[in-house]
Amino acid sequence: MAKRDDIKFLSNPNIGQSKKKYCRFKKYGIKHIDYKDPDFLKKFLNEQGKILPRRITGNSLKYQRQLAVAVKRARHLGMLPYVTDLMK
Amino acid sequence: MRTYEVTFIVDPVLSTEEIKSTAQNYIDHLKGEDCEIVDLQDIGLRQLAYPINKRSTGVYYSLEFKSETGDIVKKLELALKRDERVIRYLLVKLEKFGIQYNDDKRNGRIGKALPKEESSEKDKKPQREQKPQREQKRKPEPVTAVSEEE
Repeated sequence: MAKRDDIKFLSNPNIGQSKKKYCRFKKYGIKHIDYKDPDFLKKFLNEQGKILPRRITGNSLKYQRQLAVAVKRARHLGMLPYVTDLMK
Repeated sequence: MRTYEVTFIVDPVLSTEEIKSTAQNYIDHLKGEDCEIVDLQDIGLRQLAYPINKRSTGVYYSLEFKSETGDIVKKLELALKRDERVIRYLLVKLEKFGIQYNDDKRNGRIGKALPKEESSEKDKKPQREQKPQREQKRKPEPVTAVSEEE
């Protein structure tokens, strides 16, 4: 290859260094998770309406538990679907 | 003194007066049982995420009340269950953070305290948006470098 300075790395060098995850509830001082606010809860669901695991969202255990309850309440009230495809 | 919150969905097929009277009905029912009504929140007509009783929309109401004893819970749940106009209900006990949250929301502080949530959303969204931007910036950079060298 001739001098191609624009190709410096074979793979994206940013792949390995991921940002440190944090608990949003702790960081922003949200103490009560409202089950009547489906738009907020949707951030913690995947496309099929399943609750995302802590290892992806970075929630602390305390708030993950509360979140799960809030999501389940919202589902009962028809604000969030139990099963779906392409929610987002 | 315990604070409870009951959220129920009223059948949208009913006339608006009937829907309003349903909510008023429960307020009267609770007042008759020595409960203190804190707030009635009219969330309004919403699309349901899945059909309930063959209805695809529902009128949401959220009623917060205080009761000295928990006896009212069973009575109210029975009344809601028997009521044909109500297609779904949920009665929960609010803990102190929930009471505070509802209080803040009523006083419009959530508009500014929600900024906590919203700001968090905003903070999050820019971050998500920034990431691609950064990548975009980084990609052009080598090109500019090349052009400079050339």
